[in-house]
Amino acid sequence: MSPGPYFERHAQTFVGALGRLARRPLASALIMGVIGIALALPLLLQLLVQNARALTSNGADAFELAVYLKPATEEAAARTLASQLRGRSDLAAVRLVTATQGLAEFREHSGFGAALDLLAANPLPHVLLLTPAENSRGSEALQRLQSQLKELPAVDDVQLDTAWVKRLQAMLDLLRQLVLSIGALLLAGVAVIVGSTIRFEVTSRRHEIEVMKLLGGSNAFARRPFLYSGLLYGLGGGLVCLTLVAVARYRLDPAVRALTATYGQDAGLIGLGFELSLAALAAAMALGWLGAWVAASWQIRHIDPT
Amino acid sequence: MIRFQHVHKRYANGRQALADLSFEVRAGEMVFLTGPSGAGKSTILKLIALIERPTRGEVRVAEQDTARIRRRGIARYRRRIGVVFQDHKLLEDRPVFDNVAMPLVIAGRPRREIDKLVRAALDQVGLLGRERDRPLELSAGEQQRVGIARAVVAKPPLLIADEPTGNLDPQLALEIMMLFKRFNDVGVTVLIATHDHHLIDAAGARRIELTAGHQAEA
Repeated sequence: MSPGPYFERHAQTFVGALGRLARRPLASALIMGVIGIALALPLLLQLLVQNARALTSNGADAFELAVYLKPATEEAAARTLASQLRGRSDLAAVRLVTATQGLAEFREHSGFGAALDLLAANPLPHVLLLTPAENSRGSEALQRLQSQLKELPAVDDVQLDTAWVKRLQAMLDLLRQLVLSIGALLLAGVAVIVGSTIRFEVTSRRHEIEVMKLLGGSNAFARRPFLYSGLLYGLGGGLVCLTLVAVARYRLDPAVRALTATYGQDAGLIGLGFELSLAALAAAMALGWLGAWVAASWQIRHIDPT
Repeated sequence: MIRFQHVHKRYANGRQALADLSFEVRAGEMVFLTGPSGAGKSTILKLIALIERPTRGEVRVAEQDTARIRRRGIARYRRRIGVVFQDHKLLEDRPVFDNVAMPLVIAGRPRREIDKLVRAALDQVGLLGRERDRPLELSAGEQQRVGIARAVVAKPPLLIADEPTGNLDPQLALEIMMLFKRFNDVGVTVLIATHDHHLIDAAGARRIELTAGHQAEA
């Protein structure tokens, strides 16, 4: 057989499958909707994990060290210390928050303005906020830095707050595992949905399949239109899924911006990206094909003309 | 072309359809299978089309022992046999053209060839120009002729028919029978199961008479 008629036959079968889907628009739309929702769930979770990761890692100030100077330290001395620290290679940035600035910020954000006026003197110390250099963010390097800083005469305390970052990372890892498990289940679900739909379609076209077999059609020949139906269900479901994810992203974006703004950042939601979208679409089609293949093969093999 | 040797067929429900039946149909022959209902006519055709398998004995078709044809080989085997059914088994949701074209589509013939062969087959049964009609828009005789066009479109060397005139009035039945005769004239081996003696006499062909799964006369 030359490739011409082979391709022609497949094209014809494909168009035929498309036609059958179009003849039952509601039923087809429902199946695609179910597939789309089933696929959107793990993808939305993935989006959540992906964004949370991006937030914690590009929030370099998550690795900030807070150096509290002794209350008696003069502001000039604090400035000198700050510029000394700027010379260290293991620090990327040093920011001095003087006691006055600290009080002003606190007054602004806390809502205790009136109460603060009752205080005779500013109770806050000068604080140096240090951002370690990229290559000094390992926990050992941070510990070492912490103990070195503590020995400086003007320093009262050094707080290294990485525990919550670790905890968050661990939670994200757990969530990612969860996404994978739920995702696998729902993907299997998609194949099952398509399979049961195809099973029904095969049953309703039993007479046609019998006639095909009587005329010398192989099981593969009888199965082919159903495989295309499965593929199309998958494609439709995949598109529904991507639409749902896009809508959800669009709706959530302002809320996420508002949230990141409180951390002094301006980051919207990161989308799925071209590759992941394409992969989701391909997976949906592959699952549609697979579900249809299993269901149709099984059913058709058991249809025998009498 | 067809050779039955000591063929027995007992169905799962215990009914004995054929008992030690032997006969032969030579290539290019036209033969009628006759006898009352239940005599085993349909069973013979089903054994030839591999819809059923014999319980004992050998069925050879086109020099091939059908017992050696496995499940996977059945489809390919059937493509070399044209079958006409009493209920014609047309697909009612497809136009005449698609119905007749199906054996060619199954065989993977190119589109241009399909067009040509379908038209030729419809011309032979006198239905050229009715390609776009649906089977239900046709009369019973026309539906049967579509069934015949479908059976011969791929030019099989063997044509078998089960009561092809069963539902037709005498005039239409005669026309159908003459159609079979014409295919036989161009070299197709034809085996027809029927209980219509009128037609057999009109066609003037050999007949194999069955009674209760036996051959009554050759």
